[in-house]
Amino acid sequence: MKAIRILARGIRDAFKSVIRNFSLSTAAITCSSITLILVAVAMIISYNVKNITKDLEKELSIVVYMKETVTEDQINEFKSKLEAMKNENVEAYTFKSKEEWKLEMKNYSDTFSTALDYLDTNPLLNSFTIIVKDVNHLKETTDEIKKLDYIESADYGEGMAENLVKAFDVIEKVTLVIVLALILVTAFLIGNTIRLTIFSRRNEIEIMRLVGASNISIRLPFLFEGFFLGILGSIIPILVTIYGYVLLYDHFNGYLFTHIIRLTEPFNFILYVALLLLLIGAIIGMIGSYRAVRKYLKI
Amino acid sequence: MKLIEIKNCYKVYNNGVTAIADLNLSIEKGEFVFVIGASGSGKSTLIKMLYREEKPTNGNVYVGGINVAKLRNSKVYKLRRKIGNVFQDFKLLPKLTVYENVAFALESIGLHSKEIRPKVIKALESVGLKEKMRSFPNQLSGGEQQRVCIARAIVNDPKILICDEPTGNLDPDISKEIVLILDKINKESGTTIVMATHDKEIVNRMKKRVIHLENGVVVSDDKKGSYKVHESN
Repeated sequence: MKAIRILARGIRDAFKSVIRNFSLSTAAITCSSITLILVAVAMIISYNVKNITKDLEKELSIVVYMKETVTEDQINEFKSKLEAMKNENVEAYTFKSKEEWKLEMKNYSDTFSTALDYLDTNPLLNSFTIIVKDVNHLKETTDEIKKLDYIESADYGEGMAENLVKAFDVIEKVTLVIVLALILVTAFLIGNTIRLTIFSRRNEIEIMRLVGASNISIRLPFLFEGFFLGILGSIIPILVTIYGYVLLYDHFNGYLFTHIIRLTEPFNFILYVALLLLLIGAIIGMIGSYRAVRKYLKI
Repeated sequence: MKLIEIKNCYKVYNNGVTAIADLNLSIEKGEFVFVIGASGSGKSTLIKMLYREEKPTNGNVYVGGINVAKLRNSKVYKLRRKIGNVFQDFKLLPKLTVYENVAFALESIGLHSKEIRPKVIKALESVGLKEKMRSFPNQLSGGEQQRVCIARAIVNDPKILICDEPTGNLDPDISKEIVLILDKINKESGTTIVMATHDKEIVNRMKKRVIHLENGVVVSDDKKGSYKVHESN
């Protein structure tokens, strides 16, 4: 019962303090709103980049053409070697025989069909399409496959796609660092606000200590205050993120510039972001105030 | 029963000043004790050690069975709940009414509002300020403010009332009134009172135990003492 009363008193005092120090609270809420909006933007970019990278990675594969003279046994031997490489970087492979290629090309257009009919032999090559586990080692894997026998050529989409994936990787890491830095800034701002409210209530705290209030009951209101400030500071960012992202998505019809870059669908993705913002707000509010309380409430 | 017992107590501040040197003292339950001495005699340090605002550098200070010297920071509140404090500058909260100021002490220690009300009214009655409970501190005279401070100190029925120069800011007539209230509390509820003071007239009139400190040492401890100036050789 007593614990509940102390808790209730903590919450009440926290509310009172937020309202009484209105200008100070507004400043902290505004600051954390701005930083949390930036955090949200960074999170959305980071997540989208991740998805786009995943999409692109699926496109990245190694195409192997077998020598024209290759026999069925040799193809099977090659297959078993690929199978062995599954322990390394090979995720999966598909085989397409030259007959399949021929059939496909015949269906593709009548010109090809007639042209191929004139030839006695099949000029096409047997091929393998290989998907790798880690795109970053695409080149090494290709080189390794090139060393195998019976191969005419082994190639991957060198150039643009690979560079794009690498660039996105960097963007993702940079945004992550920015998010962490902004979170720290917000925690610091909220901590500063709490420090000022501690200062403005130092007489009250002194008397509480003298009449025998326990440390926890002195600290609790300030912890709640930080919690509330964090939550209040996350409301505007949440609204901005939800409406902003849905509008952006609709405006671009889900694609950015080209059809290669597909944006993540807003629902439920954006709701997770909103929930995360609320949690970040509440937690950094608590962390900020905990630090201030520990440092400036020497009890 | 000894309520306060100080044994071989030393207090040396960080700047090297020795405020208390080998102090031995005991105060019984229900006593009314004056602590006198010039500025810098260690009087305030002694008072502050009783409610652990200061920790002794050496030796032991027992208050109500608790060893203040070994009391952990997180447990200080247990000691403070046995003690009422009256200050020279009252330390009232200006934005709260008289009633709220006294109730604040009980709210802070987590009492239910149903328990708080009768206790606050009783405390205000005993200092004769019940009719002013809706006033704010700045609407009261100095003497009245000090009476609020006393009401706040006694509202939780402490065993000991520690008064650090409670009449320092008040004129002689009001000072007398304050000391009579303290005397009444001492007699009616058996609360032990330790009062540091400069006020010669009050000490001489009350005829209570007087502990005289000089340079951190007890120079006299009389059962029915008066304010004498001791020659220090």
